[in-house]
Amino acid sequence: MWDNLQLLFVWAPIINVQIILDGIFVGAVFALSAYGLALVWGVMNIKNLAQGDFVIMGGYLAFALHQLQVPLVLILLIVMPLMFIFGWIIYIVMIRRILDQDMFVSLLATFGLSLLLQQVINLIFGPEVQTIDMEMPVYDAFDNMVTVPSSKIITLVLAALIAVAVVVFMKRSRAGQAIRATAQDPRAARVLGIDIDRVYAFTFAFNAALCGAAGVLVSIIWVIQPFYGITYSVRSFAIVTAAGLGNLPAVIGAGFGIGLFEKYTGTILGTAYEVAAPVTILLLVLIYRQFQMRRNRQVVR
Amino acid sequence: MSMNKKTMFTYGGLALFGILGPMLFPQYTLSIAYLWMMVLMASTWDTLGGQMGYNSLGNITFFGVGMYVSAIVQISFFYDGGVGEYTSAMGSIKPEFTAAEYFWGLGLGILAAGIVGLALSLVFSSFMFGLRGPYFAIGSLGLAIAVAEVTITIDYVGGASGISMPLFPGDIEFRSTFFYILCFAFTIVSHFLLRWLYSTQFGLAANAIRDDEDKAEAMGIPTLAYKRIGWAIAAFFMGCIGAVAGNMAGFIDKEVAYPIPTFGIFMVAMALLGGKGTLWGPVLGAIIFHVVKEATWTYLLNLQWVALGLILIINIVYFQQGIMGWLKTKYPELFGIVVDTSNIADDDEKEVAR
Amino acid sequence: MKHFSLKATIASAAVVVSMGVTGAAMARVDGDTITLGSSISLTGKYATNGLHTQRGYDYAVKVINEAGGVKVSGKSYKLAVKYYDDESTPARGAQLAERLIQQDGVEYMLGPYSSGMTKAIAPVSEKFGVPMVEAEGASRSLFTQGYKYLFAVLSTSEQYLATAIDFAAEKSPDPKSVKIALAFEGDPFSMDVRAGVMDKINEYGMKVIIDDQLPADLSDMSTTLTKVKALKPDALIISGHSKGAATAARQIDEMKVNVPMIAMTHCEAAKVQEKFPKTSNGFLCPTQWVETLSKSDPMFGSAAEWNAGFKEDYPSYTSVPYQSAQASAAVYVFKKAFEAANSFDKDKLRDAISAVEMETFYGDIKFSAQGNNIAKPMFMRQIDASGTYNLVEKADDMAYPRKVAY
Repeated sequence: MWDNLQLLFVWAPIINVQIILDGIFVGAVFALSAYGLALVWGVMNIKNLAQGDFVIMGGYLAFALHQLQVPLVLILLIVMPLMFIFGWIIYIVMIRRILDQDMFVSLLATFGLSLLLQQVINLIFGPEVQTIDMEMPVYDAFDNMVTVPSSKIITLVLAALIAVAVVVFMKRSRAGQAIRATAQDPRAARVLGIDIDRVYAFTFAFNAALCGAAGVLVSIIWVIQPFYGITYSVRSFAIVTAAGLGNLPAVIGAGFGIGLFEKYTGTILGTAYEVAAPVTILLLVLIYRQFQMRRNRQVVR
Repeated sequence: MSMNKKTMFTYGGLALFGILGPMLFPQYTLSIAYLWMMVLMASTWDTLGGQMGYNSLGNITFFGVGMYVSAIVQISFFYDGGVGEYTSAMGSIKPEFTAAEYFWGLGLGILAAGIVGLALSLVFSSFMFGLRGPYFAIGSLGLAIAVAEVTITIDYVGGASGISMPLFPGDIEFRSTFFYILCFAFTIVSHFLLRWLYSTQFGLAANAIRDDEDKAEAMGIPTLAYKRIGWAIAAFFMGCIGAVAGNMAGFIDKEVAYPIPTFGIFMVAMALLGGKGTLWGPVLGAIIFHVVKEATWTYLLNLQWVALGLILIINIVYFQQGIMGWLKTKYPELFGIVVDTSNIADDDEKEVAR
Repeated sequence: MKHFSLKATIASAAVVVSMGVTGAAMARVDGDTITLGSSISLTGKYATNGLHTQRGYDYAVKVINEAGGVKVSGKSYKLAVKYYDDESTPARGAQLAERLIQQDGVEYMLGPYSSGMTKAIAPVSEKFGVPMVEAEGASRSLFTQGYKYLFAVLSTSEQYLATAIDFAAEKSPDPKSVKIALAFEGDPFSMDVRAGVMDKINEYGMKVIIDDQLPADLSDMSTTLTKVKALKPDALIISGHSKGAATAARQIDEMKVNVPMIAMTHCEAAKVQEKFPKTSNGFLCPTQWVETLSKSDPMFGSAAEWNAGFKEDYPSYTSVPYQSAQASAAVYVFKKAFEAANSFDKDKLRDAISAVEMETFYGDIKFSAQGNNIAKPMFMRQIDASGTYNLVEKADDMAYPRKVAY
């Protein structure tokens, strides 16, 4: 560990740039799926444990399209609507029926969904690790100490575009306003003529589309495997817990924060701790918030 | 609460099955042992999850910690080289324990596993009970993942290489029977402890916490103490059964000790399947779950997880009060809808009314 | 509490059902079929290699049956394999092994995939005195337990990457100055490979400058590679089954990692030469078997013939992973042993297996008293620019330093 610290700050401080860049790429993708989770959690009080599997599913759809030689931009434009429709169907088949149940029901039902998705993906695509290799140039700087593949830059730009689109959509569009209204007060929204059921369906489908987009990006910059979903779910929950519900800038911030924390933990303590890092953040945030609340004799709910 | 005839009949039937099952079908001994283990997991989960409404996803932590603690105790007591030497040899050291040494080690190991599990739950209690609802569930899940990930970085317990457990000094049949009896016994003890506990003030207080913790607290119920006790009981039994499971498996590593996505979630699913917040719901849920699982694993190779996922979804989406609750709404006459004074039946009524 | 009788009824009904549904016991030899049992990873993290293994078993069973099956006491028997999915979890594997033996009546076992799973299952088959020929558990520690019924056709895992260290030493004027970076997944197999590598490193007095343990779920090893770039080791050694190899290859490319020597396990299984043709140029890959091996047997023919036949049945492979080859060899050992023992008695069979001494397409097979195959060497191959695996027998055969063309 001492060696690693020296490496970071004395021997080769330039690698900090690489770590920060990696953390940002990681964070950007996490933020997308986390924002989807924050939406369904905040609007309809569904804790979706299948979040990571939606991501992986999007990744495999992208992989399949890439096999068919579909260009990248089109892939994104095809996968998002597909996932949107998929989300809508899932809403009708199961989510609608568990809306008013206590939170545990939603956790377990979506856990069942997660098992199902993993396995169906495994049956269709096989368990091999897959990736989309765009074969695009890799830029390097500082004597090859920092490398940035153009696929990651494209990914970051796409993620940013999607985020902007989401913000504008939520602020300006009718549907976005309806979602926000429903999140604030479903009863009042209903009184004012908003079709709550449609809003919920739309929100859940929208979440699936966002996860799908994240999945496309993941398949381009990392690798996908049918059973990798759980790590994305855990990170999404960590981010949302840290950032709170429905606040996109905070979610993006938390996404970057967790991405950086993961990378620095991995560098300083060793990769063995990299998976435990986002979980630790989650616990620390929860404990901190408890103590904050305890002063006012309240609890985190 | 005294037992009526029907209760006696149920216990009689289960006891008969528990004793005769392995005798008549010796090839199923370990399968039934796993069944009891799952009953114990679901029942003890329900103490905090069902009765108090604190849905822990992290009870499996105690199981894994118990497994490792027991291994350490068993090895360190009778192997002169110490645990470090034993584990760093990656299983090439096979100390010859005498039968007495083995059983002493195992007994102490199980006891230590339970106690450490209990102690750990008290530590967790100090910073977890300010969390409610989803935050508690996710926080406890996080605890389980963090403990599991950290365990494999500790070289003392073999790190990622795991530990080969000491060999059982006896033949196969005796070994199976021995571990079967341990599983069965722990399940019986935990069941009657919980049965007694739910009939005392603890049961009332627990349900008050579940229904409205703030009011319960306002009424002067020491909620934190009750929650601690509830989790500590679960942790103690999970630790003990973890120690037993580790010795049954013969080889332990992270995957064996912390099966978070399987048993960690299954125990909750089982309680929900049967009907949580009741004494019998988790028992019934565990039995049905185990049977369905074994059947799908045998007959639907490759599709078993699909089947399991579907079962979970259908169960939770369409039979939300568990099988007991569904039966009750569907065929109330079977239950002879009667106003019952025992708190368990009360809760069942509430579940239905919801 | 009025409804206990109902609960009891349900409970007992459930139990009865459980007895019924799982009670369809199969005899070990049923009519003219000999059933071998195997719990194999069809889901979970080892699923890729579990599948390679299963295909190897199935292919061998097919070939043997087409050639007339197994002859015992003058009668021909067909082979069949009963599989269960162990989900890549050792506890499940152990449970399923018991089920195969106790409930399905299986008396001859084929091994699971990976050392961890074999570690969990071997005590079970040992307890029941069921001979198990395994092809995928390479960990040294499996053969120090005194197991009598465990036989492995493959070389043990400390040999996997140790040769790479030898090569690194030979290529350097002063072995003591060689700096090594290690990235091993946290699982029993990789830890064992690491132990073999560490022994060599200590022998030469080399320096380990990076020693990272990769988590099982990690799909990103950029932190390790960043350190590699900063510290510039002379050799990078990686082991993490198929997904580790795939992830490493992908990111070595993206991060333009420029190490003169990179060695990793499971290249063929992860199909790195196919998925990352550019980067994988120069990777050193240990293998249990090569298809150019000049060994043969009357059943499968030469190594090349086995390779061609397997590819015909499973055309998705461009380079067949050795995991499949050794799985086939394990089935073949059973055939030989059955015929030598001329009996279905599992103890006689066990003795026959331990006496097996034969040449196969997979190499020579002869078991030590501990059960590992001591007649077969491990090979090291290097991937070239065209994606072909070339045998590297000594350090001079190796393209060094690795030719990088990012």
